[in-house]
Amino acid sequence: MTAELIVPAPAGSAPAGRAGRRHKPATPWRLLPVVPAIVLLLIFLAGPVVWSFYGSFTNASLTGVNAQNPAWIGFDNYLRLFSDPVFPLSLGLTVVFVLASAIIGQNFLGLGIALLMNRAHRFVAGVVGTCVVAAWVLPEIVAAFVAYAYFSQDGTLNQLLNALGMTGPNWLYSFPMLAIVLANVWRGTAFSMMVYRAALNDVPIEITEAAMIDGAGGAKRLFLITIPMIRSSITTNLMLITLQTLSVFTLVWVMTAGGPGNQSTILPVMAFQEAFRFSDIGYGTAIATVMLLIGAVFSIVYIRALRPSKG
Amino acid sequence: MRSNVRLAVSVLAVTSMVALVGCSTAADGDGGTQTLKIVYQETDSFTALDTLFTKIKPEFEASHDGVTVELQPIQANDDDYSTKLALSQQSGETAPDVFYEDTFRLRSDIDAGYLLNLDEHVAGWDDWSQFNEGARAAGMGDDGSIYAVPLGTDTRAIWYSKPVFQAAGIAVPWQPETWDDILQAARAIQDSQAGVVPFNMYAGKGTGEGTVMQSFYELLYGTGDQLYNEDEQKWVVGSEGFKDSLGFLKTLYDEKLAVTPAEALDANVWKKVFGELFPQGKLGGTVEGSYTPSFWQEGGSYAWPEYVDDMGVAAFPTQNGDAPQGVSMSGGWTLAVGAKTENADLAFEFLTLALNRENALWYDINNSQIAVRADVASEPSYLEANPFVAAVTDLVSVTHFRPATSDYPKISAEVQAATEAVITGQLSVDDAAAAYDAAVEGIVGSDKVTD
Repeated sequence: MTAELIVPAPAGSAPAGRAGRRHKPATPWRLLPVVPAIVLLLIFLAGPVVWSFYGSFTNASLTGVNAQNPAWIGFDNYLRLFSDPVFPLSLGLTVVFVLASAIIGQNFLGLGIALLMNRAHRFVAGVVGTCVVAAWVLPEIVAAFVAYAYFSQDGTLNQLLNALGMTGPNWLYSFPMLAIVLANVWRGTAFSMMVYRAALNDVPIEITEAAMIDGAGGAKRLFLITIPMIRSSITTNLMLITLQTLSVFTLVWVMTAGGPGNQSTILPVMAFQEAFRFSDIGYGTAIATVMLLIGAVFSIVYIRALRPSKG
Repeated sequence: MRSNVRLAVSVLAVTSMVALVGCSTAADGDGGTQTLKIVYQETDSFTALDTLFTKIKPEFEASHDGVTVELQPIQANDDDYSTKLALSQQSGETAPDVFYEDTFRLRSDIDAGYLLNLDEHVAGWDDWSQFNEGARAAGMGDDGSIYAVPLGTDTRAIWYSKPVFQAAGIAVPWQPETWDDILQAARAIQDSQAGVVPFNMYAGKGTGEGTVMQSFYELLYGTGDQLYNEDEQKWVVGSEGFKDSLGFLKTLYDEKLAVTPAEALDANVWKKVFGELFPQGKLGGTVEGSYTPSFWQEGGSYAWPEYVDDMGVAAFPTQNGDAPQGVSMSGGWTLAVGAKTENADLAFEFLTLALNRENALWYDINNSQIAVRADVASEPSYLEANPFVAAVTDLVSVTHFRPATSDYPKISAEVQAATEAVITGQLSVDDAAAAYDAAVEGIVGSDKVTD
């Protein structure tokens, strides 16, 4: 990776070397070692996806007549979903949640901390790093309870505010989206920070120094040298945190359970409620399938964005 | 290098084999011994059933050679319990032999084929004649067959704090005649005592079925309107009573006579009611079940011996004081045998042991249930279990049951959503009622609703 970045090799030459090794025709035997992995992936990854896709076309249910004999109902679940007043709200909240907590919050905060840590004293960097990573190390359910205890009516935040002579609102009730966005930023920033620290370590000091000698200021060096050089890390990171955030459920369920009303019902919460609260498995899987498609669209966009940097 | 590859291949192969094997083998009946799987709910405030089963497990195993009773308590609230139970029913490997089931989910689960038809079994059971008619009907499916046997039943009433009422200048014992009487009493408490919640009624999705059973239906069934028209077998939409009931809750919450909406939406608000507010004299009154003393009596989760003197009980009034001058709701839980059981006879035997006279008496007293067995109901120790047994048992005469149809659980969830929208101010009463009407029509179809 480092070599590729430093030496802007003439187009085609570096990949040619790699492609050359691939030239030998792949015999079936060479696939053998990956067969177990493929089988496991098919069973545990593709299987549920296919089942979810199939389930979304049936009226399968956890209770009632349909639990015994689920029937094929075509696109009914999807038609119902697109006319459900909660769906656009939920979709919007999901987009806000992903944009605010992952793409803006975790991504920029992670990059910022990583940049600062590169300059900071080793001790300070170590302490900051540990604090940030601590939230990531916690199991999701524990992190969710910690966030709940922080934002709830008599929680840590309001007690801190009380000590300063202010009365805080019930954050989970009055500002549910703000609370879950902040909680997710808190929990997820460590991931971006670690990705960016690794990427920044690969930016050769010579180039930065050369730019400094040429008189480039801090901002210029950041935007003209550092960011272009870690571009592929940025895209990879964005893809990973987007997909992670799209599937956040425990955090929101524990903190607000999608409420009050539907004010923080992001798609995973809506799917869970429909499938397991209202026992409507078919409808729940339809929502899950839509989420899958949204994730796929995001992935395609990011993968496309990744491509040119490989040239 | 080569050996590395080999190592990697063998590691992969071994792990995948382990994973695959792990998926396919579940505990098969290990020759000769039989296992009975008993699934039930256990929470920090509901341990009576766990105690009962733990007590009878050795008895049953001693009298049945080679039989192991496997108790599988599920630690969850009512909603999560029913979800987990339904999920366990999906496979014969996990399906329970005997399980604890709420009466309002019975029909729905019978339709799903989770419950074994017990007609033949109860026919040969001597004790069956001791169960009263209502109890037998509670375990009946649409086809008239018996699928479950009730552990007990319950009613709902107003529980109020005598010290709080007296401090507000209201004479006790108190019996409101109309909804307005409740509001007046609540306002008097609000004016006289700061920091006391005057009169709480559950609302929102957090308290689940509690929102409808211990709040909304007491209102709705006192307006003359109903949720479901039994004669036409249709769901009632667009009723004035539905809006009035939502309006009453809105008044309670808007005037801050109840807990804050944020607290109301917390699924644990009822624990606060029993564990903190009433014992500390911070709550005037609320609507709760006849099982209320079980929390406060000795050994209960919020033991508070003074409840005997401090608490009063009153029937919930009808809207304008019309006959029958009281409203209550009844439900209750049952024991059922799983349809996928391999030992139906054994499972039913376990059920009869759990529900025999001695065990039913113990359970009804310790869980403050209204007895459904005639021999238990006449037992002095049952009648003297707490000072409120007579009062809450009287409410059976004005009680209502939830519509026993398989659509009911979904419709109940819509009612809960409507109350949440109203108390949080997200929808007006009219809009929330209209949204409910639309949702009901979506669930049951337009031919199953009536004005």
